[in-house]
Amino acid sequence: MNSPALESFAIRTSELTRQFGSLTAVDHIGLNIPYGEIFGLLGANGAGKSTVIKMLTTLLSPTSGTAEVGGFDIIRSPADVRRRIGYVSQLVSADGTLTGYENLRLSAKLYGLPKAERGTRIADALDFMGLADSAHKLVRTYSGGMIRRLELAQAMLHRPAILFLDEPTIGLDPVARRTVWDRLLDLRRDYGMTVLITTHDMEEAEELSDKLAILHAGQISVVGEPAELRAGLGADATMDDVFVHYAGGLIHESGTFSEVAQTRRTAHRLG
Amino acid sequence: MERFIRESAAIVEVELIKLVRDPTEIISRAVQPLLWLLVFGQVLAQVRGIHTGQLSYLEFITPGILAQSVLFSAIFYGIAVIWERDLGVVHKLLVSPALRSSLVFGKAVAAGFRGLVQAVVIYLIAFIMHVSLSLDPLKIFAVLAAVMLGSGIFATFSLIIACIVKTRERFMGIGQLLTMPMFFASNAIYPLDIMPGWLRVIAQINPLTYLIDALRGLMITGGESVHGYLVDFGVMLVVFAALLFVAVKLYPTLAE
Ligand SMILES: Nc1ncnc2c1ncn2[C@@H]1O[C@H](COP(=O)(O)OP(=O)(O)OP(=O)(O)O)[C@@H](O)[C@H]1O
Ligand SMILES: [Mg+2]
Repeated sequence: MNSPALESFAIRTSELTRQFGSLTAVDHIGLNIPYGEIFGLLGANGAGKSTVIKMLTTLLSPTSGTAEVGGFDIIRSPADVRRRIGYVSQLVSADGTLTGYENLRLSAKLYGLPKAERGTRIADALDFMGLADSAHKLVRTYSGGMIRRLELAQAMLHRPAILFLDEPTIGLDPVARRTVWDRLLDLRRDYGMTVLITTHDMEEAEELSDKLAILHAGQISVVGEPAELRAGLGADATMDDVFVHYAGGLIHESGTFSEVAQTRRTAHRLG
Repeated sequence: MERFIRESAAIVEVELIKLVRDPTEIISRAVQPLLWLLVFGQVLAQVRGIHTGQLSYLEFITPGILAQSVLFSAIFYGIAVIWERDLGVVHKLLVSPALRSSLVFGKAVAAGFRGLVQAVVIYLIAFIMHVSLSLDPLKIFAVLAAVMLGSGIFATFSLIIACIVKTRERFMGIGQLLTMPMFFASNAIYPLDIMPGWLRVIAQINPLTYLIDALRGLMITGGESVHGYLVDFGVMLVVFAALLFVAVKLYPTLAE
């Protein structure tokens, strides 16, 4: 196993920091995520998960520190970073007034997929996500699970090396959630995609991630493999114990009203 | 350049799909100009208090009302952008490698097409009300160009405001606060030369004035542009370019 992937990381951050006024949402974070890994980013509401993702996807500039995504600096070469990543935001980013197909066609054009390939790529993505039959229905009529799958289809259409998923399964029923997990595992298997996923769902974290980090108040309180983290807390510790131990208490403790409202709205719209 | 056009066209395309799919908003916007022309225009024409040269009062305000409906429908473009931000659509567009300028320009052009719908509506109303419209194809083409340019200006202006205020509530307040004064401080319903000096100064830096001036010359038989078309279109192009420049800088902050 002397592949160059061992030396080069899909995502590297160093002292990555973001402040909002006097609040330090992300506090000197260092992460090294190798290519091909599914990496879970966990933490209570307001811990800073979305802020990390927004910086890595070039939507938000850091206050200090640096990060490289796909080998490119997020500040100096944002356009190169964007070409190599896919992103599903915590909000519902599919356009409800368009059909699934139209949403995908817009992405295909914005990502500059060659005209000759567009049709097959879109058809493949729809098939892969199990949406072929609903391709020409308005997204507004989709179920929460279908919307999430469409957003994944949009995010992977240009075969990015790295996918950023911000709470992709929030508000989904167990079956829909399972489908999203299976598709993610397929993507990693078929294309070797690196995935950075945030979640509150400990079962999801354990099921999917090779490694995970728990954020607390903008700082990383622990990084490790799920089993390793559990073992560290005693023989019969559960993932929930791991979360409570490292994330600084109950899940909703540090969420402000607006964040909770935002999450609920998202969940409501999806559900 | 090819890329800029392709990306902008992609944005325009989805906006047009939405427009065609749900035309209720644009149709409801046609009610207001109808009232202005039918009620305000007719009443003030009876009063004969405003000297409008060789044009009848109704002829005088028809271009003004078109410009008004262009202004009002474009200015609420910002609301749609804020809505897209709340939904996360803006984030999706901004993580794509598309040029930020294509995204902003695409929106402006789409607003231009909405403006064209307004133009068609006003032409129909004016025609029914026996306003003597000029039907010279070249002039009609120039009217449509002016309407698109004007729509682009006000939509981009509105986008800038949306980027600054970021919430729907604040936008609604500011939208009202800006549009009415912009309308009254223009040559839409009275000529520049009957305005008090201070108002005329404001009217002369108001891009709406130049849109109306061009429309007045182009739409109505016997109408003329006071500033000349070169000045009218020149001012509009410069304003549009400046607004686009600012909007391209601010649009990415919507995703923060
Ligand atoms: N644009 C912003 N302006 C001001 N404060 C912000 C902004 N974005 C995030 N914050 C604050 O930064 C902190 C981290 O927020 P972030 O959204 O990253 O948390 P999160 O871990 O994703 O939470 P959740 O699980 O609720 O999604 C919170 O206290 C939040 O209020
Ligand atoms: Mg979040």
